[in-house]
Amino acid sequence: MTALLEVEDLRVAYGKIEAVKGISFSVEAGQVVTLIGTNGAGKTTTLRTLSGLLKPSGGRITFDGKPLGSVPAHKIVALGLAHSPEGRHIFPRLTITENLQLGAFLRTDKAGIEKDVQRAYDLFPILGERRKQAAGTLSGGEQQMLAMGRALMSQPKLLMLDEPSMGLSPIMMQKIMETIVELKAAGTTILLVEQNAQAALSLADQGHVMEVGKIVLSGPGSDLLHDESVRKAYLGED
Amino acid sequence: MHELPQQLANGLALGALYGLIAIGYTMVYGIVQLINFAHGEIFMIGGFGALTTYIMLPSGTTLLVAIPLMIIGGAIASVAVATAAERFAYRPLRGAPRLAPLITAIGLSIVLQQLVWGFYPDAKKPRSFPEFQGESFKLLDNLYLQRADAFVLVLAPLCMLALGLFVAKSRSGRAMQATAQDPDTAKLMGINTDRIIVMAFAIGAAFAAVASVAYGLDKGQINFEMGFILGLKAFTAAVLGGIGNIYGAMVGGVVLGLAEALSIAYIEEIPGMEQLGGGAWANVWAFVLLIVVLLVRPQGLLGERVTDRA
Repeated sequence: MTALLEVEDLRVAYGKIEAVKGISFSVEAGQVVTLIGTNGAGKTTTLRTLSGLLKPSGGRITFDGKPLGSVPAHKIVALGLAHSPEGRHIFPRLTITENLQLGAFLRTDKAGIEKDVQRAYDLFPILGERRKQAAGTLSGGEQQMLAMGRALMSQPKLLMLDEPSMGLSPIMMQKIMETIVELKAAGTTILLVEQNAQAALSLADQGHVMEVGKIVLSGPGSDLLHDESVRKAYLGED
Repeated sequence: MHELPQQLANGLALGALYGLIAIGYTMVYGIVQLINFAHGEIFMIGGFGALTTYIMLPSGTTLLVAIPLMIIGGAIASVAVATAAERFAYRPLRGAPRLAPLITAIGLSIVLQQLVWGFYPDAKKPRSFPEFQGESFKLLDNLYLQRADAFVLVLAPLCMLALGLFVAKSRSGRAMQATAQDPDTAKLMGINTDRIIVMAFAIGAAFAAVASVAYGLDKGQINFEMGFILGLKAFTAAVLGGIGNIYGAMVGGVVLGLAEALSIAYIEEIPGMEQLGGGAWANVWAFVLLIVVLLVRPQGLLGERVTDRA
């Protein structure tokens, strides 16, 4: 069986500076795969390239059997790839409901959209309570929930989450991680980018450690979690 | 104070005209953060498109039939020029430093003026435009409404209402709001932001065409330079109301129009300011108002501070 997402020797450059220097990895349907690494390792650049916001300077991306490299960003979501961006990027002056509906922008099944909005409220009850509120008034954690809920609205084959725990309180972070576990249990395929290596590796099937644009270590999440070099570099142990 | 109602009516009509043009500045700014200084010329080209349409109509066509066709003809011309400008002048500069498209806009404004001056028949001097025949409407003893003023006072709110509904309720309107608030994320939702940007230019141009017909009907003439000062005033209105906000454009226009009308009528009655009233000083007072408002509310009357980016 071929993987849902296949990334081969991907390179991305900002002008002359190469931020991603030839990485390869794959995501199988039903898996949770995580990219971990410090700031500037190229994790966000990788996700932004997968969703078409950046153009690769080399390599190949194959999603669901189709090459992605030159597909414009607004056509990617239709293929089944949803992206919850770093920093959440909810639409601040639209309501929560409107944000969720925008996640389903390309869908035409009104009843189905309505049902999925309701499902997002079930997943995150706080969003349901505030549905008519402008999204910019939500707390950081609530905005993160909204960003995730919005990404799910396109019924993606692959959900990409960029730093969902960034800047959140420990309680909120835990809630977000629990949600990812729930989504995983429901069979959602997830590509998770995180700085919180402990949390990400403990729920991932497969993990990749990125350093300055390269993947330096790969393996099952639980293996990496117990890998000595990973523990030293990312889990703050001596 | 006997003539106050009349002055208010004049101010409102002028303000509605400013507001219609201001929509074009505010929509484009709201979505691509570009001050399209060529928008005054888009307005002017709408006028010449409408005039061309009128000339092509069989003689004896009544104004009632002619006006809708003139608006359509004017809008075709203005929308064509505005979207071409977006495609060939502004789009290649997206991502360039802000000054580049700004200078381009100013250059484009001069080019468009000169093209009309040089190539439109007899456009080197003002060309006469059809006018409303017949009496003004008498609303009160001291309030007469000219037909051209009535025209813009009816049409501007209708256009605004339609635009407001479009932005708030339609799928494209929602996409437009998303693009204005966060263009990259809008793309992630599947929104073709290039199309939305073209749409913003086109709507602004169509509104400018409506304004140009109203202006021509009022003055009885149009000329290749008319977009300059009206464009500047409409831009002022957009900033006054809070640039990026479509209702702000209309509110700013009306405030500016009223301020001009009242300054023309009443400033010279203030002891010591006899020299500073009348039509010659109206522009000065309009810009004084702008400066005062921006000192107190830099974001404009209905503008919002950008604090909500998390």
